[in-house]
Amino acid sequence: MTIAIRKMDVSRRTFMVGAAGFTFTIASGLRAEAARSGDVALSPWVTISTDDTVAIMSPAAEMGQGSLTSLPLILAEELDADWAKVRIVVAPPNDALYKNPAFGYMYTAGSNAVTSYFKPLRLFGAQVRKVLLANAASHWDVPVAELTTGPNVVIHEKTGRRLSYGEIAAFADVPAKAPEVAESELKSPEKFRLIGKDVMRVELPSKVNGTAQYAIDVQVPGMLYGAILRAPVEGAAPDKVDDAKAKSIAGVLQVVRLPYGVGVIAQTSWAAFDGKEALGVTWTHTGKAWGFDSRKALPEFAKAARDMSLPTKLWAKQGDAPAALQTAATIVEADYHNDLVYHAQMEPLNAVASVSPNGDACELWCGVQSKTIAVTVAASALKIAPDKINYHDMLMGGGFGRRGHRDEEYVHDAVVLSNAVKKPVKVMWTREDDVHNGRFNPLSAHFLRAGFDASGQLVAFHHRKACDEVTAFQDPVRFERQKGRDGIAYNGLDAPYYEIANRLGEAVPRETGLRTSSLRGIAHLTNIFAIESFMDELALKRGADPAAFRRELVKSNPRAVHIIDTVSRMADWEKKRDDSALGFTYMNYSGTQIALAAEVALDRKTGALQVRNVWTALDPGIAVQPDNVVAQTESSIVYGLGFALFERITIEDGAVEESGFYDYRVPRMSDIPQMHIEVIPTHNHPTGVGQMATPLMAPAIANAVARLTGVRLRETPMTAERVKKALG
Amino acid sequence: MSTSFQINGKTAHSDAPPATPLLWVIREELKLTGTKFGCGTGLCGACMVHIDGRRAFSCQTQVGQIAGKTVTTIEGLSADSSHPVQKAWLAERVPQCGYCQSGQIMSAADLLARNPKPSRAQIVDHMSANICRCGSYPRIVRAIERVMQEG
Repeated sequence: MTIAIRKMDVSRRTFMVGAAGFTFTIASGLRAEAARSGDVALSPWVTISTDDTVAIMSPAAEMGQGSLTSLPLILAEELDADWAKVRIVVAPPNDALYKNPAFGYMYTAGSNAVTSYFKPLRLFGAQVRKVLLANAASHWDVPVAELTTGPNVVIHEKTGRRLSYGEIAAFADVPAKAPEVAESELKSPEKFRLIGKDVMRVELPSKVNGTAQYAIDVQVPGMLYGAILRAPVEGAAPDKVDDAKAKSIAGVLQVVRLPYGVGVIAQTSWAAFDGKEALGVTWTHTGKAWGFDSRKALPEFAKAARDMSLPTKLWAKQGDAPAALQTAATIVEADYHNDLVYHAQMEPLNAVASVSPNGDACELWCGVQSKTIAVTVAASALKIAPDKINYHDMLMGGGFGRRGHRDEEYVHDAVVLSNAVKKPVKVMWTREDDVHNGRFNPLSAHFLRAGFDASGQLVAFHHRKACDEVTAFQDPVRFERQKGRDGIAYNGLDAPYYEIANRLGEAVPRETGLRTSSLRGIAHLTNIFAIESFMDELALKRGADPAAFRRELVKSNPRAVHIIDTVSRMADWEKKRDDSALGFTYMNYSGTQIALAAEVALDRKTGALQVRNVWTALDPGIAVQPDNVVAQTESSIVYGLGFALFERITIEDGAVEESGFYDYRVPRMSDIPQMHIEVIPTHNHPTGVGQMATPLMAPAIANAVARLTGVRLRETPMTAERVKKALG
Repeated sequence: MSTSFQINGKTAHSDAPPATPLLWVIREELKLTGTKFGCGTGLCGACMVHIDGRRAFSCQTQVGQIAGKTVTTIEGLSADSSHPVQKAWLAERVPQCGYCQSGQIMSAADLLARNPKPSRAQIVDHMSANICRCGSYPRIVRAIERVMQEG
C-alpha cells in the first residue's frame, strides 16, 4: 500500500538526497551544520525515516496517465525500496530540482515523462542505495562488496545479518557529495522487481469514492465564485459593458473589467454564472481572426499546400526529393484535410486563488500540466516574486495538451478576480465557456507527392502542410527558444522512419489568428492521417499489400518489422471479411513502435462508419507499468476514434460555433470497437505510451473504407454526411 | 425558502433558490465534491446521483424538485469503498483522470440494482449516458461484468 501525501514530514530524523549537484543533506537532527550552510534549501528526492518509510518525490503532473506512480517507482527500483513502504510525495514547484529534462522546467506533456526522467531517477535511487550500503558496511566493519540489498534491507550474507533502511537511517552518516554511480552499476532489466510489474496507481482508490481532489473541488473558508465572459475572438477586448442586469442578481457582488473579458464575482456559483449570462458586452474589433470562416479557409489552405511559390519553412530533409521527383518514372499526388478539434477534458477549466489583503502573496490551487508556468503566471499578474505563491498541486480531470499553455489563462482568471476583492475566489468555466474559448488542434491541409523509379522503388517523398504555427500561440517563449521551429504542428512531417532515399517535409505557415493548441496525438494526429493514408494509396498504386509495403520500408529495423508482423497476425490481416474491411497503419512515434489495424463496416444509406475491431501492438522499450500501457492504449484508441469520425469545431466570423456535448460529439461506449492490444516490451530505453494509437485511428479507418468501397476519404472528421457525399 | 431532503442518510436543508441545480447545492453548499460538474446539460453524466434509488443528472434536477426525497451521492454509496461496483472499479483499474468516474459508478450501481445480469447490449445502452474522455469504456464493461460474476 502506498499513500500519497502533500506535505513532507521532516520532523523525525531523516536524510535526504538532493538533485542539484547531487548534494546530500540532512533535514533535521544531527547534521545541523548542513542546515547552517544553507543546503536545506535543496528539496529532496528521497527521505528515509527511522520507521522504514521511504518517501519519494514525484515530479510530473497527474492527468490520468499514471506518472504520479510510475516515476517514483523507477527510483524505488534502483533504491531497492519495499514498495509497500513507499510514500509518494508530489514535488513542489522547483525547476532546479524537479524540471523535466526534456523541457528545462516542470512540464508534463508529449508522453515523455517516463522517457525523460528514467535515467536521472534510476541514478538518484542508486545513489541513495550506495549511501545505505556504505553506512551498513562501516557499521558492521565489513567490505561493502560483501553486501547486497533486498526490499528496504541491507544484507550481509556471510553472517546473515540484516539492517533495514529505517535502522540505517537512525545512524546514517550522509556524505556531503553524492557517490558516483556508473551506468554499468544500475540493475539489469532481468533483475527488476518493480519496473514491468503492475502496481496499484497511488491515487486510484480516491477515484472510486469521490475523495480525489481536483481544483474544482477546493473549498476555502470565505470563498467567492467567479465567472468570466471572454471575447469571442482572440485579441478582442470589452468595449461597452452593460452590467446593470448582472448586478441586480441576488448574490452578485462585483463586475470586473479585464483586458480580455468581463468577470463577475458572486457569493454562489449559480449567481456567478447567471451574472455572466446577464452581461451585455460589445467588443472591440481588435484581433486578427474577425471575419475568419473555417469552412472557407480549408480550401484556401489546400491551395496553399499545393502552391510551390509560397514561402515555406524547411522542417526536415534528406537527399533531394524535388530532383528525385523530376526524374521519377511514376509520381503520385494526394491531398488531405483536417478540421479543428477540441480537447473536451471532462473537468471544465477552473482554478482557485486567494490573494492576501495587501496583494503581496497568493495561495493557488490548480490542475496544470506545468506548475512552473502556473506560479509564474500568478506571480507576474500580481507583480510579486514567485516564492510568494503558495502553490497547491491538484489532480487534473484530463489534460490532453490544454493545460500547459504559457499563459495558463484559467489560472490567471482566478488570480485577477481574487486580487480584485482580496478574497479567495474559485473561477469556473462552464462547458460552453470551455468550448467557446477552446484552443484547438489547428486546421490543416496536406499535400503529398511521391515518386517511384522505373524498377518500382519508392525514391522520393514530399509532404507540405499548410497550418497555423501552434507553438507561436501556445508558447511564444518556447517558439523563440526553438527559433521558430514548430514541433507541435510539424513533428513527423517527413516520416523519417520510412527508408526512402529522398525526403522533404515543409511547413507552409498560415496566420489565422485563431487560438491553437497541442492536442492528444499532437502533430502526428494530422500528419499521420496524411502519411498513412498516402502510404496506402502508394501501396495500391504499386499493387502491393499495404502491410507488406510498409514492412519493406522499415526492413532494417527489426523492432518495426516485428510490430507490423504482430498486428498482421493478430488481425488475421489477409483474411477477407464479408461486409467489412481492414485498414493497416504503422508509425514510429518518438521511438515507440506501433502498428494498428481497424475493421470497418459501412451503412451505405446513412454513410455512418462502424469500427468493429481494432488490433494494435506496440513496443515502447521498457514498459514501466504494462497494464497502464494497455489502459493508455485503450484510451488513445477512443480519443483517435472521436477525431476520426465525429469531432469538428467550426469558426464563423472568428467565433466558435459549437457550444457543448450537444453539438460537439465525443465517443461514448456505444461507439467503441472491440480492442485487441499487445504490449511488446523490449530492453530499450522506455519511450512514450500516452497517445500512441490516437494518430493511427483515422488513417486505419480511411484505409479500411478504401478497401471496402474503393473510395478514398481525405478529410477528418469522416462524418456520416461526408462519407455519404464521398460515396456519391 | 428552504428545501429539505435526505442525502446519504442525513437530513439536509438548502436555502438556494428552488430553480438552482441540485449539483451546485451538493457540491458547493453541502461540500460533497465527489459529484462532478461536466456539462450542465445532462449529456455527460459526471453529475450522476441517485434520487429515490434511481440515477438522475443532478445538473438537470432543480433543488426545489427534491423536497422530501432521498439523494445518494458517491460518498454515500458505501462508507469504505466496499460497494461491489467500487471494488470492481479498482480491480479492473478503471479510472484514468477519474473525473467522470463518480458518475460512471453511480450509473453502473443503478443498472445492477435493477438488473443484476444485464446483457452486453444493455450495459452499453445504459452506460452510454456517461462520457469518459479518457476512454475507460472497455474497463467499465469489464468491471460491470466482474460485479455480475462476483456478485
